[in-house]
Amino acid sequence: MSLGVLGTKLGMTTIFDPATGNAIPVTVVQAGPCRVTQIKTKEIDGYIAVQLGYGEIPDRKRTLNTKEPKEVNKYLSSPEYGHLSTKGLPALRHLKEYRLEDVSSFEIGQTIGADLFEEGALVDVGGKTIGRGFAGYQKRHNFKRGNMTHGSKNHRLPGSTGAGTTPGRVYPGKRMAGRYGNSNVKIRKLTIVKVDAERNLLLIKGAIPGKSGNLVSITPALIVGQK
Amino acid sequence: MSINNANAIIRSIEAGYLKDKGTLPSLNVGDTVKIGVRIQEGGKERVQPFEGTIIAMRNGGINETITVRRIFQGVGVERVFMIHSPVVANITVIRRGKVRRAKLYYLRDRVGKATRIKQRFDRPLEGKTAKAK
Repeated sequence: MSLGVLGTKLGMTTIFDPATGNAIPVTVVQAGPCRVTQIKTKEIDGYIAVQLGYGEIPDRKRTLNTKEPKEVNKYLSSPEYGHLSTKGLPALRHLKEYRLEDVSSFEIGQTIGADLFEEGALVDVGGKTIGRGFAGYQKRHNFKRGNMTHGSKNHRLPGSTGAGTTPGRVYPGKRMAGRYGNSNVKIRKLTIVKVDAERNLLLIKGAIPGKSGNLVSITPALIVGQK
Repeated sequence: MSINNANAIIRSIEAGYLKDKGTLPSLNVGDTVKIGVRIQEGGKERVQPFEGTIIAMRNGGINETITVRRIFQGVGVERVFMIHSPVVANITVIRRGKVRRAKLYYLRDRVGKATRIKQRFDRPLEGKTAKAK
């Protein structure tokens, strides 16, 4: 229930802790600038939230083949374009809502960037993981592999999937091969090592989901039991 | 955000942590070096020397490392130093070695006189060679 910021994963590097000299693995994230695109209130929408837009895109136009030809942004759908253009906002690629308790301090068009966070703060980073396609038992569920040699014909097989005539079926939830990755994951309680408010860069200790160029959402860490 | 731009941003962040090229000596595999290692002892900081032969080097910008091996009390000791790390206070080349390998892992299987490396004199102990970054 707190405001976050949308960003792009840029890649990883190492920096040195000035106090101890230890090497710290960091992920560099372009965090924002985001624009407030909509403020949702209890009265109108039934819940309270702030919608942020991120990723400015070129203002190229296409003409809609409607009764009265209409010009909209080439890369956005007509409703998306209208949602932004009626508020005088530029064309933005991504929109995301953050549920809040109080939205009185926000106004449409307001810019939100990396300075939302302080150095040393704990954050949760959500994003889409790297897609592995149809993955086998070892990669997807960390099963053990059989002998590759010594006459073994069991290399990467799953082993038994259950008992015989009773129950006569495989129980639901049995771990098997299948699609792996390309799912939304949130890595929790990562530390912000450095904030570059000028360039809207965040240096986050450790790895975050996806490859470089991945869209990520950074929110203050949700600590269970703490409001 | 193009990947080129992303790389440029990452390089610019690393640049703040890289040591100045002028302060680092040119290093080669086979050289005997003395490294001043900063250690914290009860709130006090001091520099402890570690002397040995460079048996491996790894390039990689800010992750550039050297592996230094020495025999200490009859036991082989290898330490990997990130040469841009502030833990490495200074590096001095004591002796230039003549070797024909990029990685001297064969020294691990040798003891005593067999671990000696032939000295070479065509490289100055200080200053830059053509390979210096």
